[in-house]
Amino acid sequence: MILRVALGIGAGVALIILPFVVSSVWQNLLITTFYFAFLGQAWNVLGGYAGQLSLGHAAFFAIGAYTSVVLHTHLGISPWLGMFAGALLAALVSQAIGYLGFRFGLRGFYFILLTLAAAEILRLIALHLTLLGGYTGLFINFTPNPWQFQFKGKVSYYFVALGLLAVASAVVWLIERSKFGAYLVAIREDEDAAEALGVDTFRYKMLAYAVSAALTALGGTFYAYYQFYLQPNTILNIHHSVDIMIRPIVGGSGTILGPILGSFLLELLGEFSRTVFAAGAAGLYVAIYGALLILVVLFLPRGVYPTLLGWLRRAAGSRQ
Amino acid sequence: MALYLQAIVNGILIGGVYSLMAVGLSLIFGVMRVINFAHGDMMVWGMFLSFWLFTTLGVDPYLSILATGTAVFLLGAAVQRGLVSRILSAPHEMQILLMMGVALVLENVALMTWGPDPRRVNVSYGLTTFWLGPIVFDLPRLVTFGMALLLGLLLYLFLSRTDLGRMIRAASDNQTGALLVGTDILKVFTLAFGIGAACVGAAGSLMTPLLPFTPSSGILFTLTSFNIVIIGGMGNLLGAFVGGLLVGVSESLGAVLLVPSLKEIVGFVLLVLILLFRPQGLLGGRR
Repeated sequence: MILRVALGIGAGVALIILPFVVSSVWQNLLITTFYFAFLGQAWNVLGGYAGQLSLGHAAFFAIGAYTSVVLHTHLGISPWLGMFAGALLAALVSQAIGYLGFRFGLRGFYFILLTLAAAEILRLIALHLTLLGGYTGLFINFTPNPWQFQFKGKVSYYFVALGLLAVASAVVWLIERSKFGAYLVAIREDEDAAEALGVDTFRYKMLAYAVSAALTALGGTFYAYYQFYLQPNTILNIHHSVDIMIRPIVGGSGTILGPILGSFLLELLGEFSRTVFAAGAAGLYVAIYGALLILVVLFLPRGVYPTLLGWLRRAAGSRQ
Repeated sequence: MALYLQAIVNGILIGGVYSLMAVGLSLIFGVMRVINFAHGDMMVWGMFLSFWLFTTLGVDPYLSILATGTAVFLLGAAVQRGLVSRILSAPHEMQILLMMGVALVLENVALMTWGPDPRRVNVSYGLTTFWLGPIVFDLPRLVTFGMALLLGLLLYLFLSRTDLGRMIRAASDNQTGALLVGTDILKVFTLAFGIGAACVGAAGSLMTPLLPFTPSSGILFTLTSFNIVIIGGMGNLLGAFVGGLLVGVSESLGAVLLVPSLKEIVGFVLLVLILLFRPQGLLGGRR
């Protein structure tokens, strides 16, 4: 117990000191890691715990990003408030998609396709809305003002990203310990059995979808004010949805540490392949992603974290 | 009126190729219950192969379907043997992730090989047209449609008249039964995946004279194929054929009624409607 508390405090202090001592390249890397771990954690609620794979989470991300930016540029509402408007809107849209999917009993492949089609429909609409900048995209003017979610230097972004990740992980932790979480796992493991035992599967899948979508939308606002540019073909692309889901799957979906570990591993791998293979090979690091996905499915189907945990337990067991 | 008639004619002509790619996807799903997420990327490989044969050796894309069909057949068979066959009993999600990995690899290796610029095969008869009343037909579209129809017919004959074809259909109808009567299921699977891939590879070649393509075009073809297969009924080859024509016509009409760049939205709306009201598809039987 004491060891655990000491470890926790040590890790906390390290995380606070870290951004002040590393170079800006590493700051950037850490921000991206936290940010994708956050998105992975959001996806994890629906895809990991409830076992409903979504290949359209880019849709909620984009809703969050566009809502806060439009509210800010046209009505002057601070993105700190706008991000929650975006989360609300994303949750509402998720309920519409979820209603269509779950009410009609679409499972597995059919649900994946429905989420994919929803994101594609949004992408095509966004490309034709002048309000959202169409093909050219939306540029955001930088005005360094923390109340407008715009910061000078990377350190503030680091702490915002870390805070988002902490919030999402806390939400997942609470869900995991609640009855709601137990229902979700029951749905994932055997939906018919869960239903037979009296779990209102429709209701809990809808709730998981809403939580997942709302969290994802918050990440969209962060992206908008970190990159200062939104383009439908980038943020509503299917590859972006893959980017969101691949980290929890590699790390171990349905666990709290899975998305975080997955995000660290993939960020390191991405950075490694970018520096080692460098320019000239535009698609190389995505190709490596693909190969990695294949390897994980074939050799670590439960993800890295649960597999590691299994090894550790076995090692501990054989020592006793 | 002539405008709409023209749109319908063009839709049917392009729908032929759509049918061919969807038949390939449907065949793979029908036999193995595996969804080929790399379908469109296999098509793009067929397209680039045709483009390469055309620019280096001057081979007409309608002739190079023999080469592209064979090459993509081998690609599909290799994917089945090396990867898919290892996880046939895994949950659907895992199979989908695996095929998504394959799709990412194929797309980005194509990107590294040919670069991101749009390519097009400009055949000498590309602009040949003739009129039938108020409707204009252009030669490449007609030939493409005819070839797609011919390949579909050949596949039908193969599946219904040959022993190998019967084995594939038997495995698709009842896998356990096929095993019980001594079918070499691994061979059937490899063959079916290869043939499904060959269909979409050939469809790629047939498409090259009609529209420009890039390494990232694959995902759109994959989505269109999914659309068609679900609309027609998963695993139902006739359904895939009808669905292809239907999606071709509705996209073509959508381009006239809405903005051309919004034409794909019609297909997706159609998909959502089908998922809601007839998830087994237009011609699908039991789910």
